[in-house]
Amino acid sequence: MSSSRAAESLLALNQQEELEDLPREYPLSTSEDEGDSDGERKHQKLLEAISSLDGKNRRKLAERSEASLKVSEFSVSSEGSGEKLVLSDLLEPVKTSSSLAAVKKQLNRVKSKKTVELPLHREEIERIHREVAFNKTSQVLSKWDPVVQKNRQAEQLVFPLSKQQSVFAPIEHVVSGWKARTPLEQEIFNLLHKNKQPVTDPLLTPMEKASLKAMSLEEVKMRRAELQRARALQSYYEARARREKKIKSKKYHKLLKKGKAKQALKEFEKLRKVNPAAALEELEKLEKARMMERMSLKHQNSGKWAKSKAVMAKYDLEARQAMQEQLARNKELMQKIQVASESAEEEGGAEEEGEPFVPDVVNEVQVKADRPNPWMFRNHSGDTKEAEVQGDPEELAEPAAQEAPESEEEGPVVAEEILLKEFEERRSLRQKSGLNQIAKPVGSQEAKDLSSQEVLSELRALSQKLNRESHQSRKQELSSTRTVLAVQREEPAGEEEEPLLLQRPERARTLDELEELGKEGCFQNKELPRVAVEGQQLERNPSNHLGVPKEKKRKEQMIDLQNLLTTKSPSMKSLAVPTTVEELEDEERDQRQMIKEAFAGDDVIRDFLKEKREAVEASKPKDVDLTLPGWGEWGGVGLKPSAKKRRRFLVKAPEGPPRKDKNLPNVILNEKRNIHAVAHQVRMLPYPFTHHQQFERTIQTPIGSTWNTQRSFQKLTMPKVVTKPGHIIKPIKAEDVGYRSSSRSDLSVVQRNPKRLSIRHKKQLKKISVD
Amino acid sequence: MKVKMLSRNPDSYVRETKLDLQRVPRNYDPTLHPFEVPREYVRALNATKLERVFAKPFLASLDGHRDGVSCLAKHPKSLATVLSGACDGEVRIWNLTKRKCIRMIQAHEGFVRGICTHFCGTSFFTVGDDKTVKQWKMDGPSYGEEEEPLHTILGKTVYTGIDHHWKEAVFATCGQQVDIWDEQRTSPICSMTWGFDSISSVKFNPIETFLLGSCASDRNIVLYDMRQATPLKKVILDMRTNTICWNPMEAFIFTAANEDYNLYTFDMRALDTPVMIHMDHVSAVLDVDYSPTGKDFVSASFDKSIRIFPVDKSRSREVYHTKRMQHVICVKWTSDSKYIMCGSDEMNIRLWKANASEKLGVLTSREKAATDYNQRLKEKFQHHPHIKRISRHRHLPKSIYSQIQEQRIMKEARRRKELNRIKHSKPGSVQRVSEKKKRVVAVVK
Repeated sequence: MSSSRAAESLLALNQQEELEDLPREYPLSTSEDEGDSDGERKHQKLLEAISSLDGKNRRKLAERSEASLKVSEFSVSSEGSGEKLVLSDLLEPVKTSSSLAAVKKQLNRVKSKKTVELPLHREEIERIHREVAFNKTSQVLSKWDPVVQKNRQAEQLVFPLSKQQSVFAPIEHVVSGWKARTPLEQEIFNLLHKNKQPVTDPLLTPMEKASLKAMSLEEVKMRRAELQRARALQSYYEARARREKKIKSKKYHKLLKKGKAKQALKEFEKLRKVNPAAALEELEKLEKARMMERMSLKHQNSGKWAKSKAVMAKYDLEARQAMQEQLARNKELMQKIQVASESAEEEGGAEEEGEPFVPDVVNEVQVKADRPNPWMFRNHSGDTKEAEVQGDPEELAEPAAQEAPESEEEGPVVAEEILLKEFEERRSLRQKSGLNQIAKPVGSQEAKDLSSQEVLSELRALSQKLNRESHQSRKQELSSTRTVLAVQREEPAGEEEEPLLLQRPERARTLDELEELGKEGCFQNKELPRVAVEGQQLERNPSNHLGVPKEKKRKEQMIDLQNLLTTKSPSMKSLAVPTTVEELEDEERDQRQMIKEAFAGDDVIRDFLKEKREAVEASKPKDVDLTLPGWGEWGGVGLKPSAKKRRRFLVKAPEGPPRKDKNLPNVILNEKRNIHAVAHQVRMLPYPFTHHQQFERTIQTPIGSTWNTQRSFQKLTMPKVVTKPGHIIKPIKAEDVGYRSSSRSDLSVVQRNPKRLSIRHKKQLKKISVD
Repeated sequence: MKVKMLSRNPDSYVRETKLDLQRVPRNYDPTLHPFEVPREYVRALNATKLERVFAKPFLASLDGHRDGVSCLAKHPKSLATVLSGACDGEVRIWNLTKRKCIRMIQAHEGFVRGICTHFCGTSFFTVGDDKTVKQWKMDGPSYGEEEEPLHTILGKTVYTGIDHHWKEAVFATCGQQVDIWDEQRTSPICSMTWGFDSISSVKFNPIETFLLGSCASDRNIVLYDMRQATPLKKVILDMRTNTICWNPMEAFIFTAANEDYNLYTFDMRALDTPVMIHMDHVSAVLDVDYSPTGKDFVSASFDKSIRIFPVDKSRSREVYHTKRMQHVICVKWTSDSKYIMCGSDEMNIRLWKANASEKLGVLTSREKAATDYNQRLKEKFQHHPHIKRISRHRHLPKSIYSQIQEQRIMKEARRRKELNRIKHSKPGSVQRVSEKKKRVVAVVK
């Protein structure tokens, strides 16, 4: 028990020490404590003395009943025992008992701990506190820098800064203050009142209110839920429709159409079973649609779209497919006619293949009904066959769909082969003729058609080759300068070729036309380009001839410049020469040379003389010519008044007084300065201006309304600070400029223990103290 | 034959009402208007002359105090109300529109050292030589009630100044130390000291409201942070600072009124050099107050005059004095930035216009345009010698005038001496110190 108490006291001591490290907050109170403990001690001693008088056991006195009573903050009291208490004394009893391992450990730790560093001087600590606080505060203040800068540079400041926020008043409040005065208004109000229309609270009429009240809560809830659902559905469908409408993909639309057709078919099937009459009508409709489609020739390969696709088909797989589909569709539609014309047996199979959408029964029925088109009449034998197949139309549709593309593909492929052959033949023909010019148009046409990339590259190589040959031939004919020009001219042409080759003409032609055109082109182009090229060259020739002398002139000029340069070069040489002779003289001369060179261009004296001459001329009074052209004689453009007249009306200026610097050759005295004006002139350039021109500019621009429009006058005379009379201007606030003001009030911060330092501050303190 | 008629749009010449001005079509082509500059110059000259003619800033004198006026306070909500404390312990509340005293309180025994209003204008605080801080209701006592303070705090030492926080129920007093008080308590919530000397005034920063500035009689200005309850920095000047004032638009700028006839504008983040030294007074400056726009401030001096300085200029733009006005002890700029009040030794409070030649009352738009134009013209031609001479001319009492001459001579002599010293000593041994640095003795961290 006693040992544990001892340990406690030791721990308390340790804590005391730690406390002492911190700045002492209440020096007054601590001193009082000191006094108290002192008094206590004295009292204790007195008691001791008294007790020792009667000679009782001393040991008893030394025993401690309360740890806190006798432990002063300065030392562990060992009064009565007369001997000093050391740490080992305290540890001794601990050693014997094994149950106090934890305490032992603690004590050992205490033992091993180093002595606490000497605390900083109080003033030093305060200084650090201040410094940290100052840095923090100046950081807080720095956020105002941009605001202050802006306000200082502002063109105009309007006070008070904080504008009254416009508050949204509900309409009822506004209306309540207003009353109908004019007869018209009163009449309207009467009407409204009669109908019990809300005047002040326009949200709900009494009727609506009543109806609302009539429903029970659940009903209202259900109704609302219903409405909500309906609204949601509506919006969903709307959104979907919009989305689908936006889709541009043709494939998608095609699929959609097909899907719809299928759907229609199914529905039709159902309808047929349930209501044959309605089904019949439906059928008619469908048939009519098909007929319209057929009549329109929409699926022939002659449309604009089809033609463009035909061009693209060579390179683009999709386009090819699209074209094939188109063709298939066409076939599909056209087959009916064949069916009508051809024998019934042959037609039967084709019919099944070509018409996947409309079941054969449809046709059958139609035959029985009125016939809009007698061509569409069909044999009964086919009908019987169809009747057999009728059972599963869907199964049939699939193979048909598979077969169709195959047959379609075969057609174009064959066509392509034929075309290719034709083109190759034509190419060989052209190569024999050996004309490069034709290559362009024909090549482009070919590109449009179905030839492959190889053909293109071949053609290109060929044309280039031919070009080169032609150049060489021309070279022999023309002079060197001309050839350069020619090459320059040809290069763009060569550049043009490539795009031309790749380009596709907009106008599509049938194969026959193409062929004809190719043949014609061979001959025409043979003749034409030559002529054209030569004509162009002829046109250029004169300019070329002129160009030559010009160039010569230029060359001469160049030579002149060079001559000039060479004449100057000796001086440069002189710089280099003396370096070998002497060093000191050399340097001096060097400098002189340098200066001479630096000021080589400017002849100061001559400049000065010239300036003076100009000044004298300028200061001389000028003659006044009062001649009026056209008075007393003919006038007009290009006519001058006669010399006689001019002489007569010329007022000679009187000789001015002699100049003051007449006899001073090295001085220019300015006689223009007006002493009377000086009193009104600004002598020194005022502060914000850096150049006199800036200042003059500001003076010369007038600001009055006499010289400015009203708007600019207002802008120019805008006062720098505007205050409203009778308005209190509050100091600027953080909210005024968009800053967030601190949420905590200053008072609350102060009231929380103000002297306590944050952990960060402590760290800073440590850092500073270490430094 | 086609006859061409002249036709005009009536909109361009018909007036909307009879009272409208006739529209005069005008060609603004500059070639048609020579002599623009001379004409404007003459206009500017006339405007300057007229400004001097109309410069009659003195509006009213409020008399009633029976001793010198020692302190003034503005009402935070009412422009017409002003509070003043006198050297005999009397506090008066004035109505400026009626120019009459509306209430009179014998607040203290001895001087009323400081007076300040609560930020919401319901009450005000006074401190006096009798070591008390008293809180008073702004409205007078109802019939039959006694004139009594709401609260009285008895202190240990004399309080020499008081200022109220701008947003919260906190006020600060100064004397031996700076105390921060909660209005609800009778003991300060924190007190801050730095050295031992009597602090003459303390002021809260109006923008960053936790900042305080004070000036003490041992020539220093100390800044405090109320939140961290610690002083921040101290700057020691050549002579004692009587009071300081914070700029209400620029959080870190304050101006100190010094005994050495000058005012110093400081950026509180860089105290080692003042931003600007404002000199024109010829005696100690006793008080300073900023205009609410933060562009100018007014200073009261022992030389019986008040001066208005632009913040960024070292010379005053205006000096006000009257024959009867003695040493001006306190000065305030009203919160609408139109007027200035000053309380002086000879028991009067005087009301001045902040702009000496401004026309009071409602202006028509044309009048306003004309004054704006004239103002611009004066600014434009301000550097021209004639205009400069006229606009700068002020009549001064003989004493001030002769003082200025004398001080000019003294200053010149000092300058010459310094130059001579530099000239006759080893080059580099005597450094030239700028005028601004010279005035700051030390900055204590």
